[in-house]
Amino acid sequence: MQNIEAQIEELKSQISAIDKKIPSNKISMIVFSGDMDKVLAAFVIATGAVAMGMEVVMFFTFWGTPVLRDKNKKSGGKDTMGKMFGAMLPKGTCEVKLSKMNMGGMGTAMMKSLMKKKNVASLDQMIEMAQEFGVQIYVCEMSMDLMGFKREEMIDYSNMSYCGVATFLEQAKDSRIQLFI
Amino acid sequence: MNEEIKVNKVLDLKGLPCPMPILKTSRGIKEVEIGQVIEVLSTDPGSLADFPSWTRSSGNELLKTDQGGEVTKFYIRRLI
Repeated sequence: MQNIEAQIEELKSQISAIDKKIPSNKISMIVFSGDMDKVLAAFVIATGAVAMGMEVVMFFTFWGTPVLRDKNKKSGGKDTMGKMFGAMLPKGTCEVKLSKMNMGGMGTAMMKSLMKKKNVASLDQMIEMAQEFGVQIYVCEMSMDLMGFKREEMIDYSNMSYCGVATFLEQAKDSRIQLFI
Repeated sequence: MNEEIKVNKVLDLKGLPCPMPILKTSRGIKEVEIGQVIEVLSTDPGSLADFPSWTRSSGNELLKTDQGGEVTKFYIRRLI
């Protein structure tokens, strides 16, 4: 009798150990690119995944970081390099370009007008949608620091926080899908 | 065979391309009770493949697909 109880206990602990290894119904994305088309695709997948009943986390790093800047916000106290990066990198969604066929901005402008004509949601609309759907956004603290961005110049987004690589890996480890965009 | 499906809510998503049909449907379906049915009108050609996938993944039931010209009608029962 005691033997069976001991076996049950052991099985229980084994099951709970296995349980911890099963990933959640979650998708983790790294948004490395700052190209309009790629970031748009990332948000389409993110919102789509929520609609499919999944939890979604997006990690913005490197060139993806300036996409989340707010063009109407200003921030002071930057050093020369920070000011330079700030001026050279896109200030939010309205300044991001296509990865192909940009043609000095003409291609991007054409794509935007085509998207409008075909009723395809803009990057701004997709970000708004992602916020409504509860998509969690993490921004790489190291990229922010490297490019001299301040938190006060980022967009207002309810589920946005700042983190490092460990936060991403912890989430990615627990996700069924991991994407690098 | 062609029994009437009782529809509790109609979602008109005509003219909206991917990913809007499934985004709006995932929201709209929450406005009916579990067990009730929504009728979704879509002109997005991708919807034909997407709605079966969406219903399977989200745990709802696609009762019927009516393909008539440009507009396709999807009848979906809310299960969760």
